[in-house]
Amino acid sequence: MKIKTSIPRKIFIVCNTVFLLIIALACIAPFINLLAVSFSDKTAVAAGEVTFFPVGFTTVSYEFITNTSKFFVSLLVSLKRTAIGVPVNLLLIILTAYPLSKSTKDFRARSIFSWFFVVTILFNAGLIPTYMVVRNTGLIDSIWSLVLPGALPVFSMLVVMNYMRSLPKELLEAAYIDGASHVQTLLRVVLPVCTPTIATVMLFSVVDHWNSWFDGMIYMNHIQNYPLQTYLQTVVVNPEEFMRNNTDLGGNLSKYLSMVSARTTGAAQMFLAMIPILIIYPYLQKYFTTGLVMGSVKE
Amino acid sequence: MFVNLKRKDRLLRDLPLYFMLLPAVVLVAIFSYGSMAGVIIAFQKFVPAKGLFGDQQWVGFQNFVTLFSVPNIGLVIRNTVIIALFKMIAGVIVPVVFALLLNEVRSMLTKRIFQTVVYLPHFLSWVILSGVLINLLSPSEGIVNIFLSKLGMEQIFFLGDPDVFPATMVVSDIWKAFGFGSVIYLAALTSIDPSLYEAAVIDGANRWRQTWHITLPGISSIIVLMSVLGLANILNGGFDQIYNMYSPVVYSTGDILDTFVFRLGIEQAQYSLSTAAGLFKSGVSLIFIVGSYYLADKFTGYRVF
Repeated sequence: MKIKTSIPRKIFIVCNTVFLLIIALACIAPFINLLAVSFSDKTAVAAGEVTFFPVGFTTVSYEFITNTSKFFVSLLVSLKRTAIGVPVNLLLIILTAYPLSKSTKDFRARSIFSWFFVVTILFNAGLIPTYMVVRNTGLIDSIWSLVLPGALPVFSMLVVMNYMRSLPKELLEAAYIDGASHVQTLLRVVLPVCTPTIATVMLFSVVDHWNSWFDGMIYMNHIQNYPLQTYLQTVVVNPEEFMRNNTDLGGNLSKYLSMVSARTTGAAQMFLAMIPILIIYPYLQKYFTTGLVMGSVKE
Repeated sequence: MFVNLKRKDRLLRDLPLYFMLLPAVVLVAIFSYGSMAGVIIAFQKFVPAKGLFGDQQWVGFQNFVTLFSVPNIGLVIRNTVIIALFKMIAGVIVPVVFALLLNEVRSMLTKRIFQTVVYLPHFLSWVILSGVLINLLSPSEGIVNIFLSKLGMEQIFFLGDPDVFPATMVVSDIWKAFGFGSVIYLAALTSIDPSLYEAAVIDGANRWRQTWHITLPGISSIIVLMSVLGLANILNGGFDQIYNMYSPVVYSTGDILDTFVFRLGIEQAQYSLSTAAGLFKSGVSLIFIVGSYYLADKFTGYRVF
């Protein structure tokens, strides 16, 4: 296709590119400002001098955080919940998606079980009943309260199930004729061809576990059990309190308080919490896109 | 592939499948269905010490009567619907326009860079984004207001002025979601048959006409689908976002059902009343979710499973 580029077209292309550049800048600028604030001197920040470059460059905010234990304690909780939660999610997704991917002819109870899981998307019990059940199971203050209630992400399971259903019938028939059991078929035939989908839902799970904060807030009574995002929430909502309550600094506290402010240390912690997402970002972009398209546009 | 088996043989054959489903069924039964059964709290005078399914005093619909006589409840529902509705509408229009404009960019590299940048906020939690926004929008120290005052304009209390707060919520929600929301439309755009454009060019159609007569009809079914599915969120004002940015000053326009339920239940320990409010939300949402799925199936043949 050959298009003559007319003058109005050229004007449009220039305007369009400039417009998109402004939009893109609006998306990224807040984070650059945050990064600049975290590396700036507190008086410059308070005076509003910091835009996109640090003013009075200093790493003292990061030093302050490394010297206080709370950030790292909650970081460990987050790493632990992700390390436990993601494999649990994946195991249950696979174990559920495989039977439900069978046709009703091959697995009579399929329909009942499908509805059993889908109903949980349709109706939400609400905050208090959910909280009461978790409390009744005795999981309060345990890492499992962050893992078990959402152990089966139903949407992810449906994505994997739909993918399994789209596999060629011949593949499964061949396995059956060769005498493979269900477990063998799942492990040797189905799973190896499902790796792209599994990767997608795994990233869904990782992001979900990393970003969840509300469950930590209501199921954990002690701050040392807070996952990172829950702890950060307390910093965001009440920054001054975070500054005052750093008892483990002892005599150094007043020295630090003269150099850092709630804003600079808050910015530094925010940025540190973003790093894991930034590291896996290229994969997220690749697999989330395919996952979203798979889950939404079906032939 | 397997047919005409006797009942016993079929059960035997399916046994491994049942075992595979067992762990998920048990966990979902406890945590999802257990909680659903727990909505009986809404019809009781609930005392936690007696236990969730213990010997509680039944009060019928008394909690709902109390709930709807709370002076602010109408305001809370109104705030929820207004914020949710604007998010829904802008949440379709902005990604579509962005996808159309991005589609006009010919260089693949430029396109990728734009996409990489605008997707980022989608992957971050509202806790971090709230921190970022508070840092940005604070009246005295945030760069937005400093920039405004340099231009000689008045300060705007984005998070402290009840007239501005809902708009701040809608715009910041779009800021987080529009880039990634455009993914689905970009995917639909690439699936439009290029020969349609060739034919249009031969017929003398300019770019606007091509966009109007080929591109938009090409993605219209996805636009309809996303709008219809969005209806399910009519009572979702966005708890994570609002809870981390609101304050009592903006309750009059910013308090939504979810934040109301939270304060009532967790902060004031009014378990029965909070459950009743939550059940009201879930009940109305259920109608909208089922309705939106029904419409989606009817208009575009979309099915969840």
